[in-house]
Amino acid sequence: MENLLKYVNILQRSKQMELEYDIVGRNLIVRVSEELDDHNAKCIAGGIDKLIRHHNIKNIIFDFKKTSFMDSSGIGVIFSKYKSIKNIGGNVVITNVDRSVERLLKLAGIYKIIHKYENMETALKVCR
Amino acid sequence: MKYQNEMKVEFDSQSQNEAFARVVISAMVAQLDPTLEELSDIKTAVSEAVTNAIIHGYEECEGKVHMLCKIYDSTIYIEVKDYGKGIEDIEKARVPLYTSKPELDRSGMGFTVMETFMDEVEIESKAGIGTKVMMRKKLESIDK
Repeated sequence: MENLLKYVNILQRSKQMELEYDIVGRNLIVRVSEELDDHNAKCIAGGIDKLIRHHNIKNIIFDFKKTSFMDSSGIGVIFSKYKSIKNIGGNVVITNVDRSVERLLKLAGIYKIIHKYENMETALKVCR
Repeated sequence: MKYQNEMKVEFDSQSQNEAFARVVISAMVAQLDPTLEELSDIKTAVSEAVTNAIIHGYEECEGKVHMLCKIYDSTIYIEVKDYGKGIEDIEKARVPLYTSKPELDRSGMGFTVMETFMDEVEIESKAGIGTKVMMRKKLESIDK
């Protein structure tokens, strides 16, 4: 029952898109929501495209600190942003990945092209 | 240990119902006291099947998605069904990284994820009639 209540909370919160972005230099930090599915992925993708255009963004850092659920829609977003950022000579990195997100990233082979860093500090050092 | 239970839900093909379907399946499976990993596997597989029904089956148009879940002993059986456009080539759809909608930022990993996280995945589909995805998983935690 406790679990159920927790998920109902997530449902209610997902309505008000808890996506957050920060810009540090030419780095765009995307603080990914608690659950990253097809529904949220569409909002993230649109938000990122707009910010890249308006703020001369070079690198994207996906921060999964809040994220406890992700499905293959999340993989789709990361791959697609990787492609567009590579075109402008930038980089995509990820950080603060929990176990369930990690399993999916590994399954998709994302670490073959994208680096993971333990924390935001390290990620920001690398993305200059 | 013998435990039997069954539930059925029907919901609109709207993307916010992907989270709804995960909540429902979590509540059903939670009765069996699964491990966190088992619960996460099942939620992810259901999310993939329901997302497919919504964006591929109905191509984001109006429609109903049906989800059925049965528990036999320690095995959970899940069915996700739509009455959408159907899959023309099921074998091709199951190929990792293949997507029929490359314009949509899709990874093409949906069926691969279902196959990885569940023990068995079967697909029945007819063009113009719809698609039924049937998945089975034995919960190891229950035998203890």
